[in-house]
Amino acid sequence: MKRENAKEASLRTLMIAGLNGDTAAYRTLLSGLSGHLRAYYRGKLVRAGRGTEEAEDLVQEALIAVHTRRHTYDPTQLLTPWVYAIARYKLIDHLRQSQSTLTNVPIEDASEIIAAHDEPATESSLDLNKLLAMLPDKVRLAIQCVKIEGLSVVEAAARCGISESAVKTNVHRGLKELNAVISQEKTK
Amino acid sequence: MKTEELIDLLSTNVEPVDTQKVVRSLGIAIGAGVVLALLACIVTLGIRPDLDNPGVFGFLLVKMGFGVVVTVLGWHLLLKHTRPGGENHSRIFLAAVPFAALMALAAVNLISVPASHWGHLMMGERWRECLLSIPIIAVVPFAVITWAVRMAAPTNLLRTGALAGLVAGGISAAAYALHCPDDSLPFVALWFGGTIVLCTLAGAALGPRLLHW
Repeated sequence: MKRENAKEASLRTLMIAGLNGDTAAYRTLLSGLSGHLRAYYRGKLVRAGRGTEEAEDLVQEALIAVHTRRHTYDPTQLLTPWVYAIARYKLIDHLRQSQSTLTNVPIEDASEIIAAHDEPATESSLDLNKLLAMLPDKVRLAIQCVKIEGLSVVEAAARCGISESAVKTNVHRGLKELNAVISQEKTK
Repeated sequence: MKTEELIDLLSTNVEPVDTQKVVRSLGIAIGAGVVLALLACIVTLGIRPDLDNPGVFGFLLVKMGFGVVVTVLGWHLLLKHTRPGGENHSRIFLAAVPFAALMALAAVNLISVPASHWGHLMMGERWRECLLSIPIIAVVPFAVITWAVRMAAPTNLLRTGALAGLVAGGISAAAYALHCPDDSLPFVALWFGGTIVLCTLAGAALGPRLLHW
């Protein structure tokens, strides 16, 4: 219990710093959360009778959701329940979307159980470049400049020839749309 | 894609965010909903002409007060539901309190008069108009509130949709009170209370579709 409280307190401090624009704290937070989310999803997927290879897709979806909805965190409340509410929401959504696959799990040879060895993979089935290619041009360019090349908003605005607020809006919209694009990919 | 890559992407150039934006957007939406509902009622139905009678004016305040109490309670609950996990620490049964109180008052009113008056007390003169007007006017505030809630992140869409419907119904009922010519507690309990419940059910039905993120 004590350890959990300490964990919560440290994650929450990082989150509040991140909400104020502290990049380093925010990165540490997301790394920390990804570990917790991975453990959570693996456990839940096994219990739902599903393969753990879907876990990393879910971890990434949840991280994007945490990021694009971070303004809905109330800093006076605990962080852990907020994160797990998002994680659970994304899990239910995922299970609902892919329900059809539940009914056709093939019965295979028993030796299959030792045929595959599952290294704790941290790679999802999603291809970032492919996902980005599905976004509208303007939005993709803004993400490319600000989020991948790490240009400042001012520099990105100069390069793209649009206003700073337009860059910000495009980045925000793009990350939100990534979620939509990911669920499209998954239902294919 | 490696999760590390995604974390790099998300944590590069992080903008500071305003955690009070959710509260403000919902406040603005409800304010706009009130103005639009009042306009809709005044323009299409008109204000009842006999307001200079103090009894009539007093009862108008009772009807409007019911709508306002429902709206304010619903607003409080809805705000909690717009944040992930908010449904776990909100007392949703509070929303039923004004309805129960009004029904109790209406029952006392009915008991105190002969049964032959009950029909008129409950049905009033224009129950059909009330039944139609409140849900129709509620569409406008419901749309604005839904727009605000979509910018947040509700994780219980059924309940959040129901609360959005409840608030929209409360706003609409408060606005319709300006026009409503029927002054009896059983009428208000049945037709104001009933139509707000209808709005709540409609909101619950639409929530999962409209609020999904």
